[in-house]
Amino acid sequence: MRSEAKLGLILLLTPLLLWLSLLIFIPHVDMFLVSLRERVGVGEYKISLANYLTFINEPLYLHTFLRTAVMSILATMITLLIAFPVSYYIAKIARGRTQSALFLLCLVPFWVSELVRTFGWMILLRETGLISNLLQFLGLADGPVEMLYNDAAIMVGLVYTSMLFMVVPLVTTLESLPDEVIEAGYDLGGNGLSVLREIVIPHAAPGIVSGCIVVFMLSLGNYLTPTMLGGKDSLWFTELIYSQFIVRFNWELGAAFGFLLLGLSSLIVWGMLKLTGQSLEKTMG
Amino acid sequence: MNFRNSLAVSTLALSVAIVGLPANAETLRLLTWGGYAPEDVVAKFEAETGHKVEVTKSNNEEMIAKLRATGGGGFDLAQPSQDRIAGPQEEFGIYKPVDMSKIDTSLFIPSMLEATKGNTMLGSDVYGVPHVWGTSGLVVDTAKAAMVKDYTDLCSEELTGKVSYRLKRPTLIGFAFAMGLDPFAAYGDEAAYTDVMAQVEAKLTECKPVVKTYWGGGDELMGLLRSGEVVASMAWDTGGWKLNADNPDITFVAPASGALGWVDTFALPAKGKADEAAYAWINFVMQPEVAAMITAAAGNFTASQGADEFAADDLKARYQASFPQEAIDNIKWYPPVPAGLEAIEGGVLDRVKAAN
Repeated sequence: MRSEAKLGLILLLTPLLLWLSLLIFIPHVDMFLVSLRERVGVGEYKISLANYLTFINEPLYLHTFLRTAVMSILATMITLLIAFPVSYYIAKIARGRTQSALFLLCLVPFWVSELVRTFGWMILLRETGLISNLLQFLGLADGPVEMLYNDAAIMVGLVYTSMLFMVVPLVTTLESLPDEVIEAGYDLGGNGLSVLREIVIPHAAPGIVSGCIVVFMLSLGNYLTPTMLGGKDSLWFTELIYSQFIVRFNWELGAAFGFLLLGLSSLIVWGMLKLTGQSLEKTMG
Repeated sequence: MNFRNSLAVSTLALSVAIVGLPANAETLRLLTWGGYAPEDVVAKFEAETGHKVEVTKSNNEEMIAKLRATGGGGFDLAQPSQDRIAGPQEEFGIYKPVDMSKIDTSLFIPSMLEATKGNTMLGSDVYGVPHVWGTSGLVVDTAKAAMVKDYTDLCSEELTGKVSYRLKRPTLIGFAFAMGLDPFAAYGDEAAYTDVMAQVEAKLTECKPVVKTYWGGGDELMGLLRSGEVVASMAWDTGGWKLNADNPDITFVAPASGALGWVDTFALPAKGKADEAAYAWINFVMQPEVAAMITAAAGNFTASQGADEFAADDLKARYQASFPQEAIDNIKWYPPVPAGLEAIEGGVLDRVKAAN
């Protein structure tokens, strides 16, 4: 009986372990080894930390790295600010069919691929695009207005792309907050602001943190949106990794960049958890 | 019509299969560019030889990256440009030599075949034979930016926000020539090449405020030019000719310092499994009538002897308008890129991209 249970456990675990080791663990080890190689001649390599040194010594890479992190944090915060009222309305104020309909509306844009959504934004924002034409039609602008190819356009794209991933965890945690608790808060003399600060936000904290982690990771690792909407000034760290691998054939430096990005994102997520006093078990469980 | 055609083709294919003409039918996994293996050519080839063709569309960098990842496996025939064969072959060993005895050399334009063989040679082995050739230069809306005659004219301040080019190596090379430098002469000397690239970097950084955006794909550029948002750009000749068909003002202009000439080749990946089919494909598409079909689809001419006669007249007219004899003589053909140069160029491109 015991050995049967054990066999069952092994059989159930095998797919997961295979998945983790073959698709995640082994490639990462291999990538790490590649990142420690330095090209010394045609087809000749030696082990060294040269790639990591390149990263430290070239201000451009460090700058891009920090820029990516700061912009991703900013995008996460904006997403949270927009998604919180939306989620609160869906979870607490809307009822029945309106509730499902609103939730569905948040979901609809994700039925098309990210590429199509980004193209949609390009059609809206470009010089000959809808918004530019509308402004001219209304007499608010004299000539065509270019709204594409700048940081604001990247930000719009990132926030739009990650909105759903913030709304879903927020709605789930807010729904679990009983209405009576909020009413009790008001009965005890609280106003809208203090109820929000003392009751709603503490209750929603796990949802906020898990939403923030997902959105931050998605923004940091996004390639398409910054490249397409950012144009000549995009400069995103994933873009550097791509070009090292594909355009420059410099896998060694690309692998080192990949590991640095992994380290950076883990560090920021860890910092965020420490700062908010949450733990990974609490937010993900 | 289309349906009927495909029905006819599949019936034909089926009857061939039943008769069992080729006992050793293979699947040819072709790694190529958009337009180089049009459907009608593939169907004709499959019907005639019994081999099957799987087409994957790509570009130079991706082709090399893909083959490098597998050590030259996964594909049976690739089509990198002739200047990007010897370097990667020396560094990564991703190709195998071409057996010239299996190729019908009479189908090729002799001078082009010899030049490509020379450029793709490593030791005594040849790694590439020519297929499609063309140039890159300027695509200009002559009604709005007639003053653009050379790459450096893309920096004129009156064109601010109306210019686009790629942030890739052809741009570096083109600007270097337009600035009176000779990057090809410096290919063999890393220090000299770094110096040339440093000057180009300074120029491109200075020009950055004029640029609207650096385009990434051909379709993106077509959109920018068609909508009129961009009036002058660096692009391939076929792009200019395609736009010319829609808007006679826009056309390809060979720059004063010389258009940059490229030749895309056939090369055999090291672990390719269907060599028979690969050689059959090469000999098939180099026939003048078939080559003309590819010219019609890709917009570029091929190294096939005599295929010009079958090319469409309007394409020939556009070609002649863009390339008077002295412009043809002035084409700068890419010599093989020595291994390691990409790293120098990569640094320059990254810094230009980051400049404010």
